Amino acid sequence: MSLTLLLVQTLNGLQLGVLLFLIAAGLTLVFGVMDFINLAHGVQYMLGAYLAVMFYGLTGNFLFALILALGAALLFGLVLEFAIFRHLYDRDHLDQVIATFGIILFLNQGVKLLWGASPLSLPIPEALSGSVVLMPGILYPVWRLVIIGSGLAVALILYLLVSHTRVGMLVRAGATNAPMVSALGVNIRRLFMIVFGFGTMLAGFAGIMIAPILSVEPGMGDTILILAFVVIVIGGIGSIRGAFLAALLVGLVDTLGRSFAVDILRLFMAPSPARTVGPAIASMLIYLLMAVVLYLRPTGLFPAKGRA
Amino acid sequence: MADAALASAGTARRSWFAGNALPVVLFVIFAALPLLAAFKAEGYVLSLVTRVMIFAIAALALDLLIGYGALVSFGHAAFIGLGAYTVAILGAHGVNDALITLPLALAVSALFAWATGIVCLRTKGVYFIMITLAFGQMIYFTASSLAPYGGDDGLTIRVRSTFAGFPILANDRALYYVCLGFLLGTYLLCRALIVSRFGRVYRGARENALRMSTIGFEVYRFQLAMYVIAGMIGGLSGFLLGNATDFVSPAYMSWQRSGELLIMVIFGGIGTLTGAIVGAAAFLLTEEWLSGITEHWKVIFGPLLVVVALFAPGGLIGVAQRLRGMLRG
Repeated sequence: MSLTLLLVQTLNGLQLGVLLFLIAAGLTLVFGVMDFINLAHGVQYMLGAYLAVMFYGLTGNFLFALILALGAALLFGLVLEFAIFRHLYDRDHLDQVIATFGIILFLNQGVKLLWGASPLSLPIPEALSGSVVLMPGILYPVWRLVIIGSGLAVALILYLLVSHTRVGMLVRAGATNAPMVSALGVNIRRLFMIVFGFGTMLAGFAGIMIAPILSVEPGMGDTILILAFVVIVIGGIGSIRGAFLAALLVGLVDTLGRSFAVDILRLFMAPSPARTVGPAIASMLIYLLMAVVLYLRPTGLFPAKGRA
Repeated sequence: MADAALASAGTARRSWFAGNALPVVLFVIFAALPLLAAFKAEGYVLSLVTRVMIFAIAALALDLLIGYGALVSFGHAAFIGLGAYTVAILGAHGVNDALITLPLALAVSALFAWATGIVCLRTKGVYFIMITLAFGQMIYFTASSLAPYGGDDGLTIRVRSTFAGFPILANDRALYYVCLGFLLGTYLLCRALIVSRFGRVYRGARENALRMSTIGFEVYRFQLAMYVIAGMIGGLSGFLLGNATDFVSPAYMSWQRSGELLIMVIFGGIGTLTGAIVGAAAFLLTEEWLSGITEHWKVIFGPLLVVVALFAPGGLIGVAQRLRGMLRG
């Protein structure tokens, strides 16, 4: 367990955390403000990645691909909202689960139909494809640093938007008590649409940014969706600040757990059982974390004020 | 309402049948199907419908939680996995008799339900959904890491369970009727549970937990007991599934599988029990039918679910009731 490995894995953990935050931010707002369970949030992340690959193929330029894919992801999210989700806001959570599960099935298979089942890849923009020297002897890919940087930037922008603008104020009020906000004469449907579109775009953005280092394949959104749910539940539903801290926590715990579980277990047990048990415990760690957090604080670490 | 009450008092016997026509018809179909299928494609029909009945058992358990207790569990496939893995692991050690494996499968499920229920039931609503998911994922990853028992690849069950030494499940038709028997037993048990005093307190907690505790019931204990019962029924269906497929793998308890169970219950109509059976049958048969048409069947099935959610709240049973209401004016 060398210090350099620890440093690199900590950065990797931060990168995963930032990615999770991009997805969880939209999810927690949609959940918190509209009380809507959107299982389809993960496929919107996947769609972002696919759109980026497609537009890169058309334009050959990452920046154009990024902008076009963001626009298309936003458009697609708004169409979904308009055609389906808006009719489900007042319904039972179970109706929302079944509808969004249906959308997952459809889109996972849909991208297979359109782009084939085999994984696609997106090249890293050339200027950012190298590595930097962190310390003598340690190289770290620039692109991962770009992901961390852009994620932190989004977090900052979100913070400014949510706590210092009028729309942000309404969003916070909506997360606390949506019917009251509506009663005060705010067009809550329009607010919902803005929040939803913005959340979709963030998920798409996460998909675009991660596409160069992951393979773009059907189903890539499913695992990340579950992780994002873990994040927003740990952080407290409706809370951006909670989502941010929980995302970093989950990212770090997961990454460090996976790289060091076996080593740590070997301190207590023989190498061969440690190699068997280690990976299992590592994959379980974040769920254990969530169970412990919910046991101690049944509404998460930073519940939005006014939500029981 | 008053008229209906009078009418039902007057013709109690006939209205019992009117209220139970659907489950009676369902079970008659299940019982008669192997005889009809004997003429054509028997093996295929038997294995498909056996699967339907096994998942119907698990869906019934989930309906106890969702429909009558508003406890939306997103990790119920864990119990199926526990039941199936009990059969497989004991089988790998040469223990195949159901007199040992079935009680043990139920005990393991009950223990897991009790231990996780203590934690889960502290939370409510969406948090409950997520924490049951978390425990489901934990058991999923545990199974994936069971290298001696196949890990990710799963484990073949070489010998189907015997009963006191008799290999009665070896015959597919016998297995079918055993599953049918368990399904009928589970259905009757669930109905009895719901109308019992225990069930009334449990349902009361769904309507208003605060009020129930104010009049002196410790709601949490009733919910925990029901959670354990539902877990054991899930374990039972896992026991049967392991025997029917001769195989078990971690995929049996993936979160997608838990989601499918949820969909079955919602699809059929929650809080009706019959709906759980109808939903399991409708889900699996539609899946089978569409996948026979095209390998991209999910492109059709997905939007179908959306349509159900948008236009058929209350599921298939809800639609049937509204149609009946319309016909009667």
